[in-house]
Amino acid sequence: MNSYDSLLKQAEMQLESLAKLSSVKEEPLEVILDKHGINRRDFLKWAASITAMLALPAQFTPLVADAVKLADRLPLVWIHLAECTGCSESLIRTDSPTIDSLIFDYVSLEYHETLMAAAGWQAEENLENAIKNYAGRYILLVEGGVPTAMNGQYLTVGAHARTGLELIHHAASSAAAIFSIGTCASFGGIQAAAPNPTGAKGVDKVISNPVINIPGCPPSSKNIVGTLVYFILFGTLPAIDVYSRPKWAYGQRIHDKCERRSHFDAGEFVESFGDEGAKEGWCLYKQGCKGPYTFNNCSVERFNQHTNWPIGAGHGCMGCSEPDFWDAMGPLEKPIDAHLVMGLNATVDQIGTTLLTATAIGIGAHAVASLFASKSKEEDDE
Amino acid sequence: MMSRRVVIDPITRIEGHLRIEVEIDENNVVQKAYSSSTLWRGIELILKGRDPRDAGLMAQRICGVCTYSHYKAGVEAVEDALGVTPPLNAQLVRSLLNESLYMHDHIVQFYHLHGLDWVDILSALEADPALAAKEAFKYTDLPIATGEDELKAVQEKVKGFSGKGSLGPFANAYWGNPTYKFTPEQNLIALSHYLKALEVQRIAAQMFAIFGAKQPHPQSLVVGGITSVKDMLSPARLAEWKSKYEIVKEFIDRAYYPDIVMAASAYGTEESVLGGMGVKNFLTGDAFLLSRNKNLFESGMIKNGDLSRVYPIEDQKIEEDVTHAWYEGDKPLQPYNGETIPNYTGFIDGDTVNGPAKIINEKDKYSWVKSPRYEGESCEVGPLASMLVNYAKGNKPVVDAVDTFLKRTGLPVEALFTTLGRTAARMLQTKVIADHAIITFNSLIENIKSDQSTYTKFEIDPALEYKGRFIGEVPRGTLSHWVRIKDGVIENYQAVVPTTWNAGPKDANDIIGPYEASLVGLKLEDPTKPLEVLRIIHSFDPCMACSVHVMDIKGKELADFKVSTVNGVGTC
Ligand code: SF4
Ligand code: SF4
Repeated sequence: MNSYDSLLKQAEMQLESLAKLSSVKEEPLEVILDKHGINRRDFLKWAASITAMLALPAQFTPLVADAVKLADRLPLVWIHLAECTGCSESLIRTDSPTIDSLIFDYVSLEYHETLMAAAGWQAEENLENAIKNYAGRYILLVEGGVPTAMNGQYLTVGAHARTGLELIHHAASSAAAIFSIGTCASFGGIQAAAPNPTGAKGVDKVISNPVINIPGCPPSSKNIVGTLVYFILFGTLPAIDVYSRPKWAYGQRIHDKCERRSHFDAGEFVESFGDEGAKEGWCLYKQGCKGPYTFNNCSVERFNQHTNWPIGAGHGCMGCSEPDFWDAMGPLEKPIDAHLVMGLNATVDQIGTTLLTATAIGIGAHAVASLFASKSKEEDDE
Repeated sequence: MMSRRVVIDPITRIEGHLRIEVEIDENNVVQKAYSSSTLWRGIELILKGRDPRDAGLMAQRICGVCTYSHYKAGVEAVEDALGVTPPLNAQLVRSLLNESLYMHDHIVQFYHLHGLDWVDILSALEADPALAAKEAFKYTDLPIATGEDELKAVQEKVKGFSGKGSLGPFANAYWGNPTYKFTPEQNLIALSHYLKALEVQRIAAQMFAIFGAKQPHPQSLVVGGITSVKDMLSPARLAEWKSKYEIVKEFIDRAYYPDIVMAASAYGTEESVLGGMGVKNFLTGDAFLLSRNKNLFESGMIKNGDLSRVYPIEDQKIEEDVTHAWYEGDKPLQPYNGETIPNYTGFIDGDTVNGPAKIINEKDKYSWVKSPRYEGESCEVGPLASMLVNYAKGNKPVVDAVDTFLKRTGLPVEALFTTLGRTAARMLQTKVIADHAIITFNSLIENIKSDQSTYTKFEIDPALEYKGRFIGEVPRGTLSHWVRIKDGVIENYQAVVPTTWNAGPKDANDIIGPYEASLVGLKLEDPTKPLEVLRIIHSFDPCMACSVHVMDIKGKELADFKVSTVNGVGTC
């Protein structure tokens, strides 16, 4: 428990120093929660669930609750680069009327082009003010890849036609932390797929500041909220994997917690969309599911307040939180024969960048294929 | 004042990156307007050489706001090419998803993207909640979220922001502009609905995710059908959809509709919202399968605002001009003959009412959006086009909805041809969809009883060449995707999308597009705070990521497509 003790200490110190900062909001969170009929018990329950999600022991729960109360000390600046706004849309789908959504009322969103009332010069002024007034204190959230070809001019923003590349350098320079929201900001995303006509790159490829990646196309709102809470709590970035993804969210493969996993193990596969196996909810590996190669918590958290998720809806995972997945995982509806299914205990750090280059450890596709053959109900279905 | 140039960049509360510039005379009346899209991503180029079954999921990433539109279009274009017809169940589920999408998207557009152009937040803080609670009953018998206590809580919540001098996302907007016409009480009602709509849109997104896996960016369509067969066959899931649908529909009936009636009464004499339309040609496509072979909306075209005649759309009359777009080319070309070679010329140094800036050089190229033309004329697309064409065609649900609304508000038909009309048409379209989505739902339930198929098998023969397309209506207007398949992979892909029609720059003949035309003649109260411009542009619901696309020179061969009517594959 030693490391936990020091973590606890770190969190306590961080919260103490945050409490000394002036708050941006008039009302403390307790009052706001109270107005929404959320009592202390409910709030602590919610804090406990976040604590568990962040893979922290239960004794952190009161600290998580305290951290959330101090969320208004750290204003947010959200900028849009080469993107589709899907990540912003995901953000506004946070739970309601429960606490997640209140957090977003509570944190101070100083700049967000999709939501802010101001436009043009006044919008830019808001950005400059936030960067100046909250220097060293604001969290920068970036949505979208950075076009770097043609001096970055495939994207300009503002009356002075600043390129996306200039904008990210400027906004990153005095941020307390930088989160790349979504696969575009994390790894370049769709516009970086071959032949990458605009030279789009992930944020961490163009700036030298540390960046935490929250990939997914889009990422679930849970992963955005959780990373924020973690940062508020510890004032540092959480443990990350080789792709700078927080381990608490991206530490496990989709495959490991998949609801269809028992069918994989039993060799029961959907052979064709709409067949009996599809109606029964069998494994989608043969329909191109990339769950075995993909690190994310979708199988646990799902989307839209647990309503559904791709594998739940009978479509294979397409690996959207992995670097270069559009190129590396395609064709999306075919199994990656050339790629290897990892040993069940391998983590992304062990597999590392070799995962997608087909030279990794573990059982080969061939071995898996024969595993299928021995257990599959193929013949019966055809 | 020296300069008469107004630059607004970024236009916020839209999808993507848009700049608008206007030139005003000494009375602050707009003489010229320019629309510029400032991001290029090149997704169609990226689609080349891919498995055709990946087209839908990749094209979907064009836009995360009307998420699903490009997914469905990509899947159905490939189906058209391969000659695959999905089973009726799959077509109905896709239609149900589309209806769920519209109910979500239009609510978010009105309240969260467009609403603050109509609603003055600071004025709402001065309102008397008791009076506002009464006022709400003027527009509906059953108002939502407008009880006195609820309205008080809303005020306190926003005061919480303003008290510390930090308005957060509401900071530094054009509050107090004299073209805001709601009374403080009306502002408070609308503000309360702004917050309520944040909740409702989450439910609408859940409603979508039941059969769509997630929202945004669903993942349950495949070439040949749908994958969410388990959800479709589950009575619990069907019931879940229905209960969420009822909540969203209730919000549309009891908040969205009355709020637009309230806007019509408050803004009915406000000059700046009674213009906003310089182009009166309208194009629209088919949409929403209600039952086998029966669509809710039909396609067609209206010229010059003349509702007495609707023309069928003939694709060969569509051309795109790049004279003022950042691409090479010197004559208008049919989309299927289109060439796209980026040629960025950037902005020039200039002076504006807010000080020196980079400005558009209107003599040269100035946007990543091309200029589509129909018979050489520019056209508006979107909910207004859909409502007008279907009204002119005598489509009963639309005629009823439009006539009822006009009667309710006392507005003449001509009022539809305005900014206010465009915003009202989006609500009316939502209302008609919400009223009819249940028919699609019931058709599905009926069909499941005797038929559980959701997928049609197909083969892609690498020795054959295929070509096909989707044309249909999506939340921002008429969308088409075109695909050509060779050696089993995508050889050419292109999307002709709604916002391109509306946002394109002027063409070689100096004919201007709907955005630019809508601003000419507009008087600005304060050119340094051009609220009126924002309001008009937002009424179109800009989606810039959609409008910037690239077509390949090989697309030439698509010219021999046989195009008779505008009809998507299956449903649209
Ligand atoms: S990561 Fe996906 S959802 Fe987010 S901006 Fe990029 S394409 Fe859109
Ligand atoms: S292969 Fe996909 S569907 Fe099958 S168990 Fe793994 S993650 Fe689930």
